[in-house]
Amino acid sequence: MPEIEYILGHLNYWLFTVLMMTGLYIVVAKGNLIKKIVGLNLFQSAVFMFYISLGKITGGTAPIFPLDMRIDPATVYTNPLPHVLILTGIVVGIATTSLGLALIVRIREEYNTIEEDEILGIEKELVAQENRTLGDAMGGRA
Amino acid sequence: MSAQALHTARTLSDHLPVLIIIIPFLAAPLTVLIGSRRLAWPIAFGAALSSFVISVLLLLRVLDSGVISYAIGGWLPPIGIEYRIDAANAFVLLLVSAIGTIVLPYTIQSIKSEIPERHHTLFYTMYLLCFTGLLGVVVTGDAFNVFVFLEVSSLSTYVLVAMGAQTDKRALTAAYDYLVMGTTGATFFVIGIGFIYAATGTLNMADIALYIQVHGTNRTLETAFAFIMVGMGLKAAVYPLHLWLPNAYTYAPSAVTSFIAGTATKVAIYVLLRFMFTIFQPDFLFEMHAVRWVMMPLAILAMFAASLIAVFQSDFKRMLAYSSIAQIGYILLGIGLLSTTGLTAAIVHLFNHGITKAALFMGVGALVLRSGSSFYAKIEGMGKVMPFTSFAIVIAGLSLIGVPGTAGFISKWVLVQAAIEQGYWPLALAIVGSSLLAIIYVWRVIETLYMKQPADGWVKQEAPLTMLVPLWIMAGATVWFGIDTELTMTAARTAADGLLHGFMAGGQ
Amino acid sequence: MHHHLILRVVTKILVAPIILFALYVQFHGDFSPGGGFQAGVLMAVAFILYGIVFGLETVQAVMPAWLAHKMMAAGVMIYAGTGVVSLLLGYNFLDYGSFSPHHPSHGQHWGIFSVEFGVLITVTGVMVSIYYAFAARRPAISNEEW
Repeated sequence: MPEIEYILGHLNYWLFTVLMMTGLYIVVAKGNLIKKIVGLNLFQSAVFMFYISLGKITGGTAPIFPLDMRIDPATVYTNPLPHVLILTGIVVGIATTSLGLALIVRIREEYNTIEEDEILGIEKELVAQENRTLGDAMGGRA
Repeated sequence: MSAQALHTARTLSDHLPVLIIIIPFLAAPLTVLIGSRRLAWPIAFGAALSSFVISVLLLLRVLDSGVISYAIGGWLPPIGIEYRIDAANAFVLLLVSAIGTIVLPYTIQSIKSEIPERHHTLFYTMYLLCFTGLLGVVVTGDAFNVFVFLEVSSLSTYVLVAMGAQTDKRALTAAYDYLVMGTTGATFFVIGIGFIYAATGTLNMADIALYIQVHGTNRTLETAFAFIMVGMGLKAAVYPLHLWLPNAYTYAPSAVTSFIAGTATKVAIYVLLRFMFTIFQPDFLFEMHAVRWVMMPLAILAMFAASLIAVFQSDFKRMLAYSSIAQIGYILLGIGLLSTTGLTAAIVHLFNHGITKAALFMGVGALVLRSGSSFYAKIEGMGKVMPFTSFAIVIAGLSLIGVPGTAGFISKWVLVQAAIEQGYWPLALAIVGSSLLAIIYVWRVIETLYMKQPADGWVKQEAPLTMLVPLWIMAGATVWFGIDTELTMTAARTAADGLLHGFMAGGQ
Repeated sequence: MHHHLILRVVTKILVAPIILFALYVQFHGDFSPGGGFQAGVLMAVAFILYGIVFGLETVQAVMPAWLAHKMMAAGVMIYAGTGVVSLLLGYNFLDYGSFSPHHPSHGQHWGIFSVEFGVLITVTGVMVSIYYAFAARRPAISNEEW
């Protein structure tokens, strides 16, 4: 059956897609700010895995020169470039995660909650207050 | 190895493409290392100013002698990372570095009242990092490098936005929302780059372009294109993806808003342009459809919907944020016309709107310094209290509408021309119609500033000179570029030509 | 955490080997898997582990917060400074060949060494700073309650 072969042959893509969509779903659907960051992390990790699986060459070994520098032309090496790119990507991911968590800590100190709907409620109250004291807001926030 | 062939002595002027990045990039950790509040500003200003000078030199050189290519680490492209500058980059570099430099003097007084003192040094570090990141996105010719610099600038922007928390705690949630959406956008962009790499095996932009020219397109590349458009659309606040923008602009410190409003979204649009026209050439059929049936309707929707929302705001700063979304609509419309004139209009508007918005947000910041808030109710009659500031706001406001004699007029005029050129009369009418909405929201500001009485017991109290001078430089620039269009139009036309016909032509 | 005797003893034993291993990873980075990022994180782990077990004040006596902050900046300066040196020597930015014009591969060696050293310092500084930044916040529940 060619279909099954097709599915199995692209297994890494399927897995990466599932992981990515799981992450994105968490970002969109969960109200807890920390869970959103977790989702974002999952989303990013999926992309990292996608890149890493791109570099895989069947039968390839680690792309490191032997110490005596005698390179056998028959050796197949995996492509190291995606790995290097993802090293950078991971660093960016760490920076994003820690910044996000730092913001959550500050948000919790100011709002006393990390649930999105409660925060939205507090902000709505603030806007309503501003509108009462500072005149008409015909539009409100969109 | 041919990639090592560059071991030749070079003069300083050969290094300009990298110096423009390196100077602010080195200055950023230097401010932390020295750790002195007093020295942070001079370091930042020196670095930004030298970047500005370099960007002027680069623009002149590019207009004079074509594309400049610089191989990082002596590794020749397409293997190594290449910094590649043509007219489009050079023009955007000029915009970013000019705004970054002019806003800096303004920050001195502005952040004193809006950011806690212990954060002042780090403010300049973040500012410099953001500045570096934005310049880096523009200067690089390597697709993955774009992502790295983009995240350098975005992460520092999130921090800068969150620094507004002293005045209003909503800056924190604004920064958080921006972080989540910005990271999603950036990750989409990386997926796109991954698909491109999978399909072409290279990351160098010119090399990818060559590959697509020779081998044509396939479904992987189309997917890549879609991912990149959505990712960059998020960063550029293209209409339905703009939700992070109003809060981020409103609650960020005034100095930050004036910097990022003039630069961040513009740089994202530059990346869109680069990917649409240089990498995926416009005769790529899928792209034509995307532009005509997705981008143009959204652009028109942005022009009207965001303008309408802006009309009904009661906060000056928030109104300007929505107007920014509308103005991005004009730029996208110019791109969507897919002609040299349309693209010229888009690039000129990118520049003109950048300086106009920077001037307006600086004006708001000056008002906030004296009145404590940017709500219309609080700034009533400020035309009497702060005549110079208010007048600069009026000038920049006129440019926002597109009154003849201001920069905004030039770009809208070219845009209308581009629409008529292709026989799209309704589009020309839409542009004029949306400008009418701009008249309404700018008029509301003028009315508030001049036709209402200031609060009881007002005294004439201008903003300090460090704020007033940058504000007037920007406001003056909107008039200058509205009358003398030599520089902007030449650069934009060269850039548009370069984007539409052959990035490949020049070089090396 | 005075009651966790085993934790305290094991931590004291582990800290030195962790730092040693970090240095191993660092110096083998140019011809085997490893390098500044991994080494920096390992190095930071030593400090963070010590901080978790013995408390923030104890670890900050060894590595004060200001030092971690300066390390972040210093590492970046070393990295970019390497590039600037090669630029001043008349080569392209970050062209390691410039450090040994007659034998470029030796130059590569020096260049990558200096760059990775910068990365090590920055990553250690960043990781420790992140830990300090979160650990120094007043906890919502005190140590005794759980």
